[in-house]
Amino acid sequence: MTNESRRGFIGKAFGAVAGVGAVASLVAMKKTWDPLPSVMSAGFTTVDVSALAENKLEVVVWRGKPVFILKYSADMAPTDGRNVKVGDHYFSVMIGLCTHLGCIPAYLPDAHQFKCACHGGEFTADGVNTFGPPPRPLDIPPFKVDGVTLVLGEEGEEYKAMTAKA
Amino acid sequence: MAEFKKADSMLEWFDQRLGVVNFVKVMMTEYWIPKNINFLWAMGVVITVLFTLLLVSGIFLLMYYKPDVNMAFDSVNFTIMQDVAYGWLFRHIHAVGASVVFLVIYIHMFTGIYYGSYKKGREMIWISGMLLFVLFSAEGFSGYMLPWGQMSYWAAYVITEIFGGIPLIGDELVVWIRGNFYVSDATLTRFFMLHVLLIPLAILGAIVFHFYALRFPHVNNEEGEFFDFDEEAEKYKAGDKKGSKVIPFWPVFLSKDFMVVGFFMIFFFYLTFYHYGFAMDAINFDKADGLKTPAHIYPEWYFLWSYEVLRGFFFDIAGISGKDLGLIAFGIANAIFFLLPWLDRSPMVKPANQRPYFKYWFWILMADLIVLTIYGKLPPTGVNAWVGFASSMTFLVLFAVLPFITKLEAKKVGGK
Ligand code: HEM
Ligand code: FES
Repeated sequence: MTNESRRGFIGKAFGAVAGVGAVASLVAMKKTWDPLPSVMSAGFTTVDVSALAENKLEVVVWRGKPVFILKYSADMAPTDGRNVKVGDHYFSVMIGLCTHLGCIPAYLPDAHQFKCACHGGEFTADGVNTFGPPPRPLDIPPFKVDGVTLVLGEEGEEYKAMTAKA
Repeated sequence: MAEFKKADSMLEWFDQRLGVVNFVKVMMTEYWIPKNINFLWAMGVVITVLFTLLLVSGIFLLMYYKPDVNMAFDSVNFTIMQDVAYGWLFRHIHAVGASVVFLVIYIHMFTGIYYGSYKKGREMIWISGMLLFVLFSAEGFSGYMLPWGQMSYWAAYVITEIFGGIPLIGDELVVWIRGNFYVSDATLTRFFMLHVLLIPLAILGAIVFHFYALRFPHVNNEEGEFFDFDEEAEKYKAGDKKGSKVIPFWPVFLSKDFMVVGFFMIFFFYLTFYHYGFAMDAINFDKADGLKTPAHIYPEWYFLWSYEVLRGFFFDIAGISGKDLGLIAFGIANAIFFLLPWLDRSPMVKPANQRPYFKYWFWILMADLIVLTIYGKLPPTGVNAWVGFASSMTFLVLFAVLPFITKLEAKKVGGK
């Protein structure tokens, strides 16, 4: 072999080794930043909704996120596909993060309305966006109705029926 | 090995081993700066001084700071602020420094735009400068998270959420950046790493690159005049200091800079001791609570203009949601300055006020940025929302029309 082709070969061989090494390290670095398994498998949240007061917002935590549970009073009209009936009452069950950039909207009981302080977004009591930058209604978390308790994180009949309609 | 003769002096000893005499010549005494410049050309050195202050005060803070969601808040607000002797001083220097460095960076940037120092050979200076701006922004954002107050938390929340707007991978990307479904301990520790190690390293590298990029095209001057630096340097060295258009970086240029730095430092420590409040938001003295958004959140003043562009679009246009429009506009606002050398199609390198059309563009841009900054801090309701929309549109339109305005200008001045 001439010097030229030997050097060419060494260059290509090194390139190959370095390329494999670079890809492998990028994969490893990406995975180091992934959420830990304990985070991914974080559990379920159970709420007893029978004792909640009407038209008063209850906030529970599910996977680190606030979940809004609002018990409707008689003068509030439920919406098909957004509210769920547990016992005699209708409820809104929604992730309490503004669909714009994730601030937590506040509930104004008199107006039956949610207002987001960050950029002025507004939602109805069943979570439909009515004003401002939020692009869609508040998200509904997977839930299951079990007697008078709600299990957040599990997809029950009612949840499936609701998402099918939405 | 080359032959060494016994050195007669310490200087000679070092010169034999490190070539210091030549090094000082190349870097300092024979690095030529135009004479025809004013105090605005001292801003680069002021930024360098401020960066050093941030680095040193940061090292002291690092000795007591604890990057853990349960301990971070107290380690800052009790340990550093109350227990550590002069801990408060280092915190004030760091907070005020971080805020003021942006003021000076903006002055530095807009000086460059005003005098046309970004084109005709100075493109790489400009690009490396913008790179520094992006790195400083990332450094400011990651550092703001560390005290783990309410503003830290919600700024981190809203800004990481922005990445959710990227098509297809958005949602997973947000979780990946945070290391959790929400801003949590994993988020704090990784941004701590970025703030104290990775980004400062990158900044140091970018500063070296920025300075290097200045070497060949040389610093611009008040008239945008092009001249032969070698010729002028020969004149200076031959003793015609008066007739030469240049001065050496050291000691002549820097001695003037030190004057400016001196005044600036007095102003800086006045702020540090008596007016630090603007850099330390009251809401951030409440501990982070992921279940309670403060009634009104806003970023530090230096991000307000781009934040206002983000939220300026609060309704749908042509079927694109207000949210997406805001994100697109925000993305453009953060990237567009990189392209300035190519958006300006006029060959004129002159102060803006001597350019027939560019001067209007420049001053409208300044006014618009001020309006955006002011309204970025106000609640986005009612008429404020419309002012935000109008000024965001103005910003985008200004950059869209720049190539045409400057093309016309080029015609009018006939390629000068
Ligand atoms: C850590 C941040 C920075 C440091 C330490 C720094 C430092 C410097 C220094 C020492 C100079 C030479 C003296 C002067 O003209 O002021 C300079 C020039 C320059 N810088 Fe920066 N700079 C920084 C950020 C930026 C940014 C964000 C931009 C804008 C994108 C920028 C654009 C320029 C330009 C265009 C020049 C040439 C000025 C001229 O030729 O008149 N720099 N910089
Ligand atoms: S986060 Fe609610 S309106 Fe922007």
